[in-house]
Parts: sequence; structure tokens; C-alpha cells
Amino acid sequence: MEAVIEPVATFFGGAWPLVWSLLKIIGIIAPLFLCVAYLTLAERKVIGYMQVRIGPNRVGPRGLLQPIADGVKLLLKEVIVPSGANKGLFIVGPVLALGPALAAWAVVPFSDGWVIGNVDAGLLFLLAVTSIEVYGVIIAGWASNSKYAFLGGVRAAAQMVSYEIAMGFALVCVLMISSSLNLSDIVAGQGKGQGADLGLGFLSWNWLPLFPMFIVYLISGIAETNRAPFDVVEGESEIVAGHMVEYSGMAFALFFLGEYANMILVSALTSILFLGGWLSPVSFLPDGFIWLAIKIAFILFLFLWFRATFPRFRYDHIMRLGWKVFIPLTLFWVVVVAVWIMSPLSLWK
Amino acid sequence: MDFQSVVFYFFSTVMVLASLRVITARNPVHAALFLVLAFFSAGGIWMLLHAEFLAIALVMVYVGAVMVLFLFVVMMLDINLERIRQGFWSYLPVGALIGVLMVIEMVMVLGGRYFGLDAMPKPAEVEQGYSNTKELGRLLYTEYVYPFELASIVLLVAMVAAVALTLRKRKNVKIIDPAVQVAVKRDDRVRIVSMRAEKE
Repeated sequence: MEAVIEPVATFFGGAWPLVWSLLKIIGIIAPLFLCVAYLTLAERKVIGYMQVRIGPNRVGPRGLLQPIADGVKLLLKEVIVPSGANKGLFIVGPVLALGPALAAWAVVPFSDGWVIGNVDAGLLFLLAVTSIEVYGVIIAGWASNSKYAFLGGVRAAAQMVSYEIAMGFALVCVLMISSSLNLSDIVAGQGKGQGADLGLGFLSWNWLPLFPMFIVYLISGIAETNRAPFDVVEGESEIVAGHMVEYSGMAFALFFLGEYANMILVSALTSILFLGGWLSPVSFLPDGFIWLAIKIAFILFLFLWFRATFPRFRYDHIMRLGWKVFIPLTLFWVVVVAVWIMSPLSLWK
Repeated sequence: MDFQSVVFYFFSTVMVLASLRVITARNPVHAALFLVLAFFSAGGIWMLLHAEFLAIALVMVYVGAVMVLFLFVVMMLDINLERIRQGFWSYLPVGALIGVLMVIEMVMVLGGRYFGLDAMPKPAEVEQGYSNTKELGRLLYTEYVYPFELASIVLLVAMVAAVALTLRKRKNVKIIDPAVQVAVKRDDRVRIVSMRAEKE
């Protein structure tokens, strides 16, 4: 590896750190887009089988080229800007919806040392980046100059702000027991403990001692990404498609990409924070990226499963769950974990 | 000029321009979005000072929460700029006086001998592995614990007051207690009647 990089590095000279970072970014974004494309196919197939139908099977062998066909179709369509829309913000909306979903990957570790920015405040960075995701939706909803789009934007603002708080408190519990904000350290901290000593590593991952927080984080993650059953932001049957109603072609595709990239991001974060990241569940198998991929795929499957299972929440129920159930629960659990850490029963010495 | 100065001047220029646009933009939504941009640039400048916790907290709290709610309200207002601009000239002398006073105060504070470059020592170079977040937390919960707790109590009181001011019980709302709703059985809602098929 070094021998290959060395001559290229000397060729670029002083610009090499920049080029190297760009190459690493491309190395993450390109596979991510491929995953997004095939996640859309997986969603249609999985939900299809759950509803005892076949799903897309016309384009390519077993419908495997369907995402490519969809992408080409969206690229070739015309982007229509409504005459009453606020032109500049109408274009900025979808860009802001996708941007944070990609920026967050800068601090996500894929394996030991495989991370673009191994920063100390990684978890804080993630909280900040995911908290600005809502702007794309709000701006799109307002700039479209349409009632449905506006209602979608307002709903998104209320919902995402509500669930962010519960999500934040769940993360506070995680950072308290790992006493670090660095994601690589959080994963490394999960590799130690009584379970790991017995050779059953999965028992010392954070999901077990923080089980209620794991559930809260997962559900808040679904709400943050506006996926069913929390998809009142789109709400096809009430407000047509919410903030996306006026968008067509590639502008719409950006929202779509953003939503699925966010799903993958939330799954990756749940795996890293609660399910031990790249650690292997049992000691006789080696750690590695493959375990993270399996965990991400499992949580993505849960996302699809929930969509096929649950009917959409009513709006006031969403707000009640966020404010009256999750926030008190997580607040209480922060105190419980704090007492637990200071008590002789602490698992994290 | 080294790289850090370039970044500093870039962020500062963006911040000053965005702040100017906050007060000159005709559309209140545009003004709110320019304020978001200004917060972002301020976060960037703090990041340059190795204050990563404060920078990220600024983005998280102000951009991620406060401004979202701001936008939420501003978007729903139907603001008539003509009406707001009425009386601009009659208010101008008072406004200008306050503005000049504030400029003088700023000059006195920033230009004074306690605030100059020679009065403030250069911050110590941080070594590898120094965590700004940890240091800040340690100071907040040891040396400054009383002011910190007092500030949080003031915030709590403000929060309770805000809730108490806006809380009102409305009559005739058709809200159902979720516990009752969940406990509903089929027999409470449907009655199965067995009847013979009707024929013409």
C-alpha cells in the first residue's frame, strides 16, 4: 500500500493532503450512493415479499437494475420551478437536505483507524450535523409557495426538533459510560467488560446496560429520518408529499437520496454506539468492517419492516410520544446511569 | 499570510456580510437564514481558536434548535413591509442616537487598555491529546459550579414562567386519553349481529 501511495504523493507535492482527503471522501460517498440505490430496491423487494407480492422484477435479472433505471429516469426529467416560488431557496432546499447526511460520515469509523476525521468531539459533531438536517425540509416547504409543501415543512420542524432532544439525552448516556466523545473510543470501550472476558463480546456492548436508551434512540432515529410510521411530513394521504410536492426530476431525487443516506447514517450510528461497531460478537471470530456492515444491514431491515408493519401515527400521538414519554424517560435514565457509574455495581471502571 | 489567517478572514467576511444582510433583507425568512449563516461563521471562528466544544454547541443550539423555531414562526407570519416602514423617518433620530451610543460604548470597551493585544497574553499552545470539552466541564463543575447552577436555575424559572404564561385549558377539545384508547377491546366498538340474508 505504502509503495503505491508514495510516488503519487510526490507527484502532487504540497497539494497531496488535500488530494488524499478528497480521495478518501470519494471512497466513502461513492459506495454510499450505491448502497442508497440498492436500499431503494431492497425496500421495494422486502415490503413486496411481506405483502405477498414479488416487487420490481422487470429491469435486469430479478429486477436488479431497477435502481439504475430509476436514476436515469430522474436525471432525464425536467426540473420545474413553480412561478410563485422563491427561486434561490427552492434550489438550496434539496442541497441542504442531502449535504448534512453526507457531511456526518466524516467522523464515522468503519473499522479500527478507518475514519476520515478521528476528532475528539465526534459525537458532538454528529449531533450538530444531524440537527441541521431539518433546514432542507423547512426551506423547501417554504420556498415552494404551496400550502401542502408548507404544512410539510412546519410538521418537519416540529417533529425533528422534538425527537432530537430525546436522541441527545440517549447519546448523553452513551458518552457518560464511555467517558469519551470520540466514536472510535466509544467502540473500543464496548470491547471490554465481563461479557468480553467470557468470550461473548455482544454482552458487553452498550445495548444491554442501556437497553431503554437503545430503543429510544432507534425510534427517535426513525422519527428523525421521517420514515414510516413517523412520516406525517410526507403524509401522502393528507398533504400529498409534503415538502416534496413541487419538486421534480433531480431536485426530487436529491431529497430521496438524502432520506435514504440518513437512514443508512442512523443505522450506522446505532451500530457504532449501541451494537459494538466493528467488534465481533464472539471472541473466536475476528473483528472487522464486515460486522459493522452486517449490523447496519440488520437495522436497515428493521426500518423496512416497521414501514411494512405499522400504520402512520396521528400527529398529536407523535408529539405526545416525543415530549411526554421519551424526554422524561431519557432524563430519568441519565440520572440512573450517573448513579450506576458512581455506585460499586459500576460496569465501567 | 498563513493558512489560518486566510480561514479567519474568510469566516469573518462571511459573518459580517451575513449580519448586514440580516438587518437589510426585505424578506424576514431570508433575514433568519442569513442569521443562521452568521452563526455558522462564528462557529468556524471559534473552531480556529481550538474551542471545538463551544463551536459545535453554538451550531447545535442556535442553528439546530433556536433558529428552527424562529423560522417556524417567521414563515407563518404575513409581514407587510410597507406598514412596518411607516414612521421610519420619525423614529430615525432616536434610533440613530442609540446606535451612536452603542458604537461609542463598543469603542471604549474594545479600544481600552484592558482589551488590547498587549494586555491579553497569547493563549498557551495546547499539547497533543488536549480535550477542550473535558477542560471546560472540569472548570464548570468545580471552580464555577455556583454561578453555573444559578444560571441553570434562572433558565429553569424562565422556562416554567414561559409555560405558565401560555398554558390555557381549552374546553370542548375532543382529545382521548391514550391509556383509554389503548385499552379498548373490540366489543366496546363493534357489535356482531347474526341475521338471516335478506331476499327481495
